[in-house]
Amino acid sequence: MDLQYNQEEEQFRAEVRAFLAGWPLRGEEASLPIAEQETLFRSQAIERGYVYRDIPREYGGGGQEPDVLKDHIVRAEFGRAGAPGSSFLQGPAMLAPTLMEFGSEAQRRRFVPPTLREEIRWCQGYSEPGSGSDLASLQCSAALEGDDESGEWVINGQKIWTSNAQNSHWLFGLFRTETDAPKHKGISYLLVPLDQPGVEVRPLKQMTGGLDFNEVFFDDARTGADCIVGERGQGWQVSRATLKHERNLIANPNLMRDHFDAVVDLARTTLRNGRPAILDPGIRQRLSEIECYVRTNETSNLRQLSAAARGEELKCMLPMMMNKLYSTDTMQRLMEIAYELVGADGLLAPSEADLAGYAKGEGPTGWVEQWMFSLGPAIAGGATNIQLNIIGERGYGLPRDQRPTR
Amino acid sequence: MHFGLSEEQELLQETFRGFAQAEFPPQRLREVFDAGEGHDPGLWKGLAEMGLTGLVVPEAHGGAGLEILELALCCEVAGATGIPGALLEHSLACLAIDACGDPSQRERWLPGLATGDVIGTLALAEPDAECETADPWDPDGWQTRTSNGTVSGFKQYVPHLDHAGLVVVGLADGGLAVVEPSESDAASVRVEPQDGIDRTRPISKLRLQGAAAQPLPNATAESTRRILDAGLVGLAADAFGAATRLIQLSADYAKDRKQFGQPIAQFQAVKHQIARMGTEIEPTRALLWYAAHALDRGLEDAGRHAAMTKAHVTAKSVEVARDAVELHGGLGFTWECDVQLWFKRAMFDRSFLGTPEVHRERIATLAGW
Ligand SMILES: Cc1cc2nc3c(=O)[nH]c(=O)nc-3n(C[C@H](O)[C@H](O)[C@H](O)COP(=O)(O)OP(=O)(O)OC[C@H]3O[C@@H](n4cnc5c(N)ncnc54)[C@H](O)[C@@H]3O)c2cc1C
Repeated sequence: MDLQYNQEEEQFRAEVRAFLAGWPLRGEEASLPIAEQETLFRSQAIERGYVYRDIPREYGGGGQEPDVLKDHIVRAEFGRAGAPGSSFLQGPAMLAPTLMEFGSEAQRRRFVPPTLREEIRWCQGYSEPGSGSDLASLQCSAALEGDDESGEWVINGQKIWTSNAQNSHWLFGLFRTETDAPKHKGISYLLVPLDQPGVEVRPLKQMTGGLDFNEVFFDDARTGADCIVGERGQGWQVSRATLKHERNLIANPNLMRDHFDAVVDLARTTLRNGRPAILDPGIRQRLSEIECYVRTNETSNLRQLSAAARGEELKCMLPMMMNKLYSTDTMQRLMEIAYELVGADGLLAPSEADLAGYAKGEGPTGWVEQWMFSLGPAIAGGATNIQLNIIGERGYGLPRDQRPTR
Repeated sequence: MHFGLSEEQELLQETFRGFAQAEFPPQRLREVFDAGEGHDPGLWKGLAEMGLTGLVVPEAHGGAGLEILELALCCEVAGATGIPGALLEHSLACLAIDACGDPSQRERWLPGLATGDVIGTLALAEPDAECETADPWDPDGWQTRTSNGTVSGFKQYVPHLDHAGLVVVGLADGGLAVVEPSESDAASVRVEPQDGIDRTRPISKLRLQGAAAQPLPNATAESTRRILDAGLVGLAADAFGAATRLIQLSADYAKDRKQFGQPIAQFQAVKHQIARMGTEIEPTRALLWYAAHALDRGLEDAGRHAAMTKAHVTAKSVEVARDAVELHGGLGFTWECDVQLWFKRAMFDRSFLGTPEVHRERIATLAGW
């Protein structure tokens, strides 16, 4: 164990901090709409090589040698400064790394730079009404018309629970292209433009009241033959890579720490029996227990990061498999306390402002929204039961469920 | 930056594990458990030969000069293999003498402790202290006092007293003194065995009435707290080891045991139960390493992390232990089933040096909540 950063790393941290003194923006720039300020600052951060570090310059990234520790320093420092770093949007967070791994040269050049600049916004089209946990049973089809070069995929069917489709230009997703192949081998990974007559996006209202996900209908929708990532029938393997990025996103320890601190503040400012609730022995017990989970999540992530930096991931396969479940369980426990502290205001519905985006809860109804919302990540990206299957089967070598269809 | 073990540390664990598994198969463990002695001379000698009895003793005094992280790693192996013996208590006594003794005391005691010829333990908890402070291991509640080279007081839950040649005794102001039972007159040192839950770690009451004692001059409430914190991390590591063993036993049994014509592990309820047991425990390995490291480097948050690991890992280990019994069905509920060996181990780790509840309150207080 050596938690000291070496001189080069400390030097790097100092540079990042100096750069971050520029956030929030000042002067004229400070009067721009916040989204524009973020874009402006992020583009400077990419220029400096801090954000999207290991994506080469020619694809719009930071162009640095891969270095997990420097990534970590950047994330920690940007988090501390509240500055816009690598985006959590599906495009930069999930698609861009997938294209860097599996995409053709032409696809990388065409899509990665505008995706990182957020000029093309993406949504993820995996789930279908009949295919969620059993994703490989998906039916939404794509048939190639014409040849590999100039032809087009013609798409028919439906996707569902597609987050952010209403704000997206393109969809990356899985489609059945090989009708005769076995279930997992008949799927391809395609990129599809949403702004066309054959695509209809219909918003779905969430139980929180929010409007973040959608149904997407394809009726002879089209995309270029060159918009397939990987080979025909390889979509399943390609999608596993995206899923890995999604689960890492959900298990982000910095985000969890922010939420924990916010709940501690809530306990300080909420009165119970005329005293701050944080003095209540029961609340103290529970907050302490949850902080143990939060701290475990942080240290376990640091351990995995350190192992990755040395190419020793094999030493921590078990905790790696557990990240998603561990963090969604912890968030739900944390939100349970928040909900309790809100007390009778739990009768109130979230406001418009509470529902806008992934903000931290503010005011009682904000917490009501957060409490409900904490269920979402437990379902998305592989529901809890599926995580438990993975841990049981791959982690502890227990026999697979009996599944009638393969 | 490296958050992980060194090759030497990994090797230490491997060597110890190999030794314990070879020398102490479950049937030997069962014999020791049934005898309730909590000590096996051959095993202790083996530990001494590997240098584990002097693990935290400085090299100048014949020890290995290693730190609390290495001690925790060894406790994990002890917990997983279930071996009896005073490894942790003995090591804490060594830490106490090294940190708080004067040079002549260190010279006098540490070499014998390092070779394992003398077994050390600690007498801290007091029967009345629990009423005063909620925690019998809280030095604020201790009443034991020294005068003119003697000590008087009433201690309980003292582990391994029957075999100990040296006892570190907690004093009223948070100080410490050393009693050597064999050097004292029998009437001044009275041992009353208690019927302890973990038969590999027997406990006793200890009545001291003017027993010959040597105070450790540099012991303060603060230095004693640090010894206790090292103990918390050691117990958490032991509980972690016990829990991983219980998870493995449960997984193996579930793969083997058939009902309704299939291994019970194929029932999702069983599979998920095992996966959850694993998920509660496995990630805490990193918390343990951090807590031990924080003590070794004297980091500011060391005490709080010691409390966190103890509260969290031991509480979760007990939960895992209950699940493990359940997963073994009626067999799990028997005295004969080996599951209870680690179940009791987890119980000891949970309650010794303060329950999870006590340490969660400390976590809150130290955060300024
Ligand atoms: C907030 C949110 C955002 C989402 N965003 C997207 C998105 O952008 N793009 C996208 O493609 N999808 C998205 N999803 C969909 C998500 O991936 C699916 O909901 C998820 O995979 C579960 O599929 P399902 O809804 O069909 O549930 P089902 O698969 O029908 O599962 C229902 C219940 O049955 C359990 N279950 C199913 N199979 C098994 C089994 N073998 N063993 C034990 N239990 C089982 C599940 O755990 C679950 O509790 C999102 C979902 C949510 C909640």
